[in-house]
Amino acid sequence: MAYTAHTNKQAETSDELRARIPGWGADLDPKDRPSVPRLKFDPQASGAHWDFPERQKEKWPRERSIEHKFLTPVFGTSSPPKGLSGMLRKYAYARFSEGRAAHWLILLAADRVDAIESHLASFATGRPDNPITETGIRTEFRRSGFPTRFAPGRVDRAHTWIDPILVAGPWILAAGSTAAVARAVLRRSS
Amino acid sequence: MKAMVYRGPYKVRVEEKDIPPIEHPNDAIVRVSLAAICGSDLHLYHGMMPDTRVGMTFGHEFIGVVEDVGSSVQNLKRGDRVMVPFNVYCGSCWYCARGLYSNCHNVNPNATAVGGIYGYSHTCGGYDGGQAEYVRVPFADVGPALIPEWMDDEDAVLLTDALSTGYFGAQLGDIVEGDTVVVFGAGPVGLFAAKSSWLMGAGRVIVIDHLDYRLEKARTFASAETYNFSEYDDIVVHLKKITDYLGADVVIDAVGAEADGNFLQHVTAAKFKLQGGSPIALNWAIDSVRKGGTVSVMGAYGPMFSAVKFGDAMNKGLTLRMNQCPVKRQWPRLFEHIRNGYLKPSDIVTHRIPLEHIAEGYHMFSSKLDGCIKTLIVPGS
Repeated sequence: MAYTAHTNKQAETSDELRARIPGWGADLDPKDRPSVPRLKFDPQASGAHWDFPERQKEKWPRERSIEHKFLTPVFGTSSPPKGLSGMLRKYAYARFSEGRAAHWLILLAADRVDAIESHLASFATGRPDNPITETGIRTEFRRSGFPTRFAPGRVDRAHTWIDPILVAGPWILAAGSTAAVARAVLRRSS
Repeated sequence: MKAMVYRGPYKVRVEEKDIPPIEHPNDAIVRVSLAAICGSDLHLYHGMMPDTRVGMTFGHEFIGVVEDVGSSVQNLKRGDRVMVPFNVYCGSCWYCARGLYSNCHNVNPNATAVGGIYGYSHTCGGYDGGQAEYVRVPFADVGPALIPEWMDDEDAVLLTDALSTGYFGAQLGDIVEGDTVVVFGAGPVGLFAAKSSWLMGAGRVIVIDHLDYRLEKARTFASAETYNFSEYDDIVVHLKKITDYLGADVVIDAVGAEADGNFLQHVTAAKFKLQGGSPIALNWAIDSVRKGGTVSVMGAYGPMFSAVKFGDAMNKGLTLRMNQCPVKRQWPRLFEHIRNGYLKPSDIVTHRIPLEHIAEGYHMFSSKLDGCIKTLIVPGS
């Protein structure tokens, strides 16, 4: 078909679609949809009975974006910053706005440091990290796990091999480093 | 209480944690009866979202029973069965007063570019989530709603994000009668977006993925025409061919940060975290929509830069629409659609697992094993 003002794109009429698909056209009117109109000013709609919320108690100096005028009145209290990762996080928030790549890159780096710190710390507890149970890899051998990876058409097989390296790599490196240090210490003492 | 706890990329476990206390007069503490793993939880699980801390409990899709309320709570009482939108929001700021509950300015000190989300890193406010036996719910008079007597729990939990987001995605497409709508991604949000597109009068709904079992679901659940992009040299060209070489009127990105289809884009984003997200689906959306068409983005991306083909979007005169879904704004209409039988959200649930098996649940969902589309978590089962 040539490029003209009209196109024959609809194979089924609206009546046919209405008969075939339950609810077809129930929200046909674009003006009668829940998110229309945009930015509809209606401060009573939410159920809030305050102009500005009471402030939640700040139990530690809560890190916040420098793009905020003040600490928001309510905030999450999960996982306070600690250790080297905590220092990095506080620095990223205090120094860089959300518009700076450094802000996010430091936070991502802090996440990796946090994981290492936490894995090491877990060995001093009664419940050290267990990469077998915590990765859930046993699912591969239950239900129809592993075989479903080979279903035709799956394109994620192209990069699945990277996952074990990302997960096990740091553990192997740590084990290798520990063995090397131990060997060096033993050699020096003998 | 027992709670899912993040231990670093690709690792989670169940730990004993303190039951969360009331921290604000308008807080409620909710005993979780049903939760879900969302596709966007996988971005946290894979370590893609900045400031995801070891020790955090994920989970932004949950329902439960009110266990305790703060001194200023008026609308809820102990024992109420409630469904909780994934948005944490105050209800009174500039944004909330205009219905943008997902953009609340009073709940996320860590970032101004995103509102508050349960269990979704400190970038989204640092709130522990609902993949646990108990969860703190701020602004109890604003966010939660009583679950109607007639509603199934599994339908209710899917209203807290996946269904509302899919429906919202179709709305942002500004679909008019007879439109051709393409949905990238046959996960829960994509399936619901496809189904919702019919409600808004689409003349043709096409779903694209690489997982045949999900495309089968798109055909049976959402009555969609489906294509597996791995079977085509170039899915964009195929979409042009089947739309008279004009392109679709509306394209919905229901994939987000871990999109597959281009090795380099996927690996740089999802594996090595050098982009905020892998923009393959988004770029395909920009390329396959017609000039002057609308791209609706429901896929979640991180706050870092991504290699998006913005020049094409500009040159084609596209309308790009996107936001985290303001969930509660969608509920009255979605309640009607469920009651009328137009939507049955729980039809997409494939797995129900106890909280103790959460690590296996994440691995299965992440690796798309065992025909997994939607996994529900049942604490205490």
